[in-house]
Amino acid sequence: MTFLKINNLDIEYQTRKETISASKNVSFTLKRGEIIGIVGESGSGKSTIANAIINLIDKPGKITNGSILLDETELCNNEEVTRSIRGKKIGFIFQDPQTSLNPLFTIKDQLVETIQTHTDLNYEKALEKSIKLLTEVGIENPNKRIYDYPHQFSGGMRQRVVIALAISCEPDLLIADEPTTALDVSIQFKILNLLKKLTVDRNLGVLIITHDMGVIAEITNKVIILRHGKIVEHGETHKVLSKPSSMECKSLVMSVPPTNKKINRFKYLSPEGKQIINTSINLTKNIIKNWGIRELSNKKLLDFNNVTKVFDEEKILSTKDVEDKIKALDNVSFNIFEGETFGLVGESGSGKSTIAKIISGLLPPSKGEIKFDNLSLFNPKNKMKIREFKGQIQMIFQDPYSSLNPRFKIKHIISEPIKFFQKNIDNYSLNQNINDLIDIVGISRTSLERFPHEFSGGQRQRISIARALATKPRLLICDEPTSALDVTIQAQVLNLLKDLQEQLNLTILFISHDLAVIRQMCDRIAVLKKGSICEINKTENIFNNPKHYYTKELLRLMPKIESEF
Amino acid sequence: MIPQIIKNFLDSDIGYSFIKSKVAIVSSIIFLTIVLISLFAVLVAPYNPFDPKNISLMDAFTPPIWSVGGSIDFILGTDQQGRDMLSTMIYGSQISLIVGFASIIFAMFLGVFLGVTAGYLGGRYEIIVMRLTDVQLTIPSILMALLVDGIARGFISKSLHDDMAIYVLILAIGISEWPQFARITRAATLVEKNKEYVLASKIIGLSHVVIMIRHILPNILRPILVIATIGLSQAIITESTLSFLGVGFPPTNPSLGTLIRFGNNFLFSGEWWITFFPAIFLVVLALSINLLGDWMRDALNPKLKVR
Repeated sequence: MTFLKINNLDIEYQTRKETISASKNVSFTLKRGEIIGIVGESGSGKSTIANAIINLIDKPGKITNGSILLDETELCNNEEVTRSIRGKKIGFIFQDPQTSLNPLFTIKDQLVETIQTHTDLNYEKALEKSIKLLTEVGIENPNKRIYDYPHQFSGGMRQRVVIALAISCEPDLLIADEPTTALDVSIQFKILNLLKKLTVDRNLGVLIITHDMGVIAEITNKVIILRHGKIVEHGETHKVLSKPSSMECKSLVMSVPPTNKKINRFKYLSPEGKQIINTSINLTKNIIKNWGIRELSNKKLLDFNNVTKVFDEEKILSTKDVEDKIKALDNVSFNIFEGETFGLVGESGSGKSTIAKIISGLLPPSKGEIKFDNLSLFNPKNKMKIREFKGQIQMIFQDPYSSLNPRFKIKHIISEPIKFFQKNIDNYSLNQNINDLIDIVGISRTSLERFPHEFSGGQRQRISIARALATKPRLLICDEPTSALDVTIQAQVLNLLKDLQEQLNLTILFISHDLAVIRQMCDRIAVLKKGSICEINKTENIFNNPKHYYTKELLRLMPKIESEF
Repeated sequence: MIPQIIKNFLDSDIGYSFIKSKVAIVSSIIFLTIVLISLFAVLVAPYNPFDPKNISLMDAFTPPIWSVGGSIDFILGTDQQGRDMLSTMIYGSQISLIVGFASIIFAMFLGVFLGVTAGYLGGRYEIIVMRLTDVQLTIPSILMALLVDGIARGFISKSLHDDMAIYVLILAIGISEWPQFARITRAATLVEKNKEYVLASKIIGLSHVVIMIRHILPNILRPILVIATIGLSQAIITESTLSFLGVGFPPTNPSLGTLIRFGNNFLFSGEWWITFFPAIFLVVLALSINLLGDWMRDALNPKLKVR
C-alpha cells in the first residue's frame, strides 16, 4: 500500500550569484512497513528532500515543481496542512541527540506536550501513554526515568527518547536524518534494531537518510542513491549494492571499505567506466632525493610505556591521589615499529585522541614514559635533543575545515614548516620543495595562490598531508583523517596515505572508530576501551580470531558490508 | 587599481550586505563627510577661529542666518567671543576625532595584547588579567577617565596643562576603554587556540609568539574591528563629556564638548545656537559611527548571515 508518493520534485536554492538545484526530478514511493534509505555524498540533496516533506526547507530554498502526496494529501508548499501533519502523521528523528531535546525540560514535559498538542488526551492519559512509549523504545524503569532531564541520559538513551518522541502521536511516516551518525557502533546497532522492530510492529513507513553504506546494508529494504540532486539508482538494497548498474553507484560501492577482507588499494572508475588504480609512485622521486633514502629497519620507533593520563590534575585545591580520579588513559603500553601502520580503534571516550596528543607533545602524560627512537620525550634533561626531534612526529587532524589557517594561502601553509626547519633555505629550493609536496598529494600547482575556503574537504585533507610531510616526519599520526569525508573521497585519501607510506617508508599511527577503515589500513591494531588496551594483535588475527570479549562484541555489532570488487 | 579594489569589495559578501543596507550607506556617507571636512578644516572652514584677526567682539552673539539679526557672514551664528560657530565646530570636530581615534588605537593595542596573551597562555597570568578587567569594568569608564586625568594633571606643571591636554585625554580615555578589547579578544583567542590549525602549528614547533601573531591574531580581527568601531563613538563621547566637565580641552582650543559647555551658560539667555549646533553635530557623528558599527557586527557575524 503506497502512502508516500513523491513526484518530479524540484528544489532550488537561489543565492546571489547562482541558482543551486538541490533536487532535480526526484520521484519515489514508500509503502507501509518498508524502510527506504537515501544515500549520497554531502551536498547531494538528501536532507533537503526530507525537509521538503515536512515543508521545513531553509530560506532561500524553494520547491519549484513536483508534488508530495501523503495518503493522497498534497503537502507541497502547503504550510497549514503540513503543520497539522508534522509530528502527528510524520515523526522526525534528527542526527544529534545532544541538541534535539530541550535541556530545560524533563522528558515527561516534552513527551506530554507533544502528545497533547496533537491529540485530545488529558494529562493523566498522556502521561500513561508516554510511559508506555518509553517502555516500547527500551528505556528501563520508565516510571522513574520520565522525570529526568535529557542530560541525565546517555547519548544512545537520548536517541531512544527522541524516537519515542517521534512516534508519540502514532505517525505513519518516520523520517530519520542520519539517526546514528553521532553514536558509537554498539549503540548504533541497538538503535537500528529498534527502528527495524518499530517498523514492523507499528507498520510504519521509514525514510532513513545517511551517508553510511553500512547502515543502509544493515537495515533498509530499498535504497535510493542520490548525486547532485538526481536519483542515479533506485531499487532493492542488496541488488543495488551487489550489482550496481549506473557508474556513479558503482564507484560509490567500490569506495566503501569492505569489512570482510583486506584490499590493497581502492579502485576508481575512469570516466569511460574502466577500473583504474592511481598511484603516485613517480611523484615521490623528488621527495626521496630531498629526504635521503630511508632504510626500512623494522626497529622500535616509538615506545609508549605504562602511560596514565588524568585530566583534572592541575586543580590547585584537589589533594586526591591520581589513583582516585577518572583516568583518560590507564597504564597503556604499546610499541610502534618503523615502517608499519599501527591502528588504534575504540569508541568515543576510549582515549584514542589523548594518545595522539601525548605523542605529538600537545599534552604531557601524568605518569609513564614515551620514547621516540630511544629518546625519552617529556624528560626535561633532553630538552635540547627533543628540539631536534621536533618535526619528526607530525599529525593529520580530523576536521579539514579547521585544520588549515583560513587567512593563509596554501603556499604559506606549506612553506611555513619548511622555513622553520631550514632557516636559510633559498627561494628556489623552497619553491621546488613546495611544488614537490603539492604534486605528491595530487593538488594542482595553481592552487598554491588560493585560500583554504576555496577547496573541498578532501582537498583540504590533502593539503594537511602536504603540510605534515613538509617537516620530513618519520612518524605520522592520523587522527580520524577521513571520518569527515565522503566515501569516495575517503578511498582516495586512504590510497594516498598507503602510497606515501610505501614510497617514503613512513611510520603511521592510524586512529579511527571505523573498523572497516582500520582493517584496510593497518598492519597491527590495538583495541582501546575506556582508557585501557584490550588487545593488540596483527590485523588479520584480530578480525578472524578475536581474543578479548570486547573485540568480539565490536566485530559482531559493526554494520557489515561485503565487497564483490 | 582603486576601481579594482572597489569592485572586489562590492563583489564580496560584506560589500553585498553593505549595498543592501540603507542605514550602512547613509551612516558611512555622513561619517566619511565629517572625517573629510575635519581633515581639511583649513580649506573647508570659512574662518580660522584661532586667528585673532578674524575675531571681533562686535560680532559676538550673532544669531544663525535665518533668525532676526542674522548675518550672511556667519551662517550658524557666533559665540560670545565673536568666533564663527561653523568654523569652530569644524575645528572642534577635528580635535574630537583625533582624540577618539588615537585613544581607541591605544586601548586596542593594550586590550588586544593582554587579551590574546591571557587567552593563549592561560594559567595564573590569565586569571590576574581577567580579574583586572572585571575590576575595571565595575568602574564607569567616565569615572576612570576622570581619575586618570586627575592623576596625570597632578604630575604636569600648570603651565603645560593646556599643551598636554590632548595626550592626557588620549591616555585617560584609552585606559578606560581597554577592558572591552581584552575580554572580546580573550574569548575569541580561546576559540581559535583549540582549532586544529593552531595545534598543527604547535606540533611543527613554532614558538608561542609566532603562533599568536601570525596565526591567531589575523583570525580574530573581525570582532576587534566591531568593538573598535563602537568604541570610537564611545571615546568621542567620553572626550566631550570630559571637556564638558571642564577637564578636557581649554577654551582656546575647543573640542565639541568644550563648545557645548560654553553654550550651556547662555542657553537660558536666548543664545541657544552656541550649544545646540555642537550638540547636534556630536549626536550625528556618534550615531553614524554606532549605526556603522551595528551593521558591521551583523555583517561580520557568520551566525547572522543571510544569503
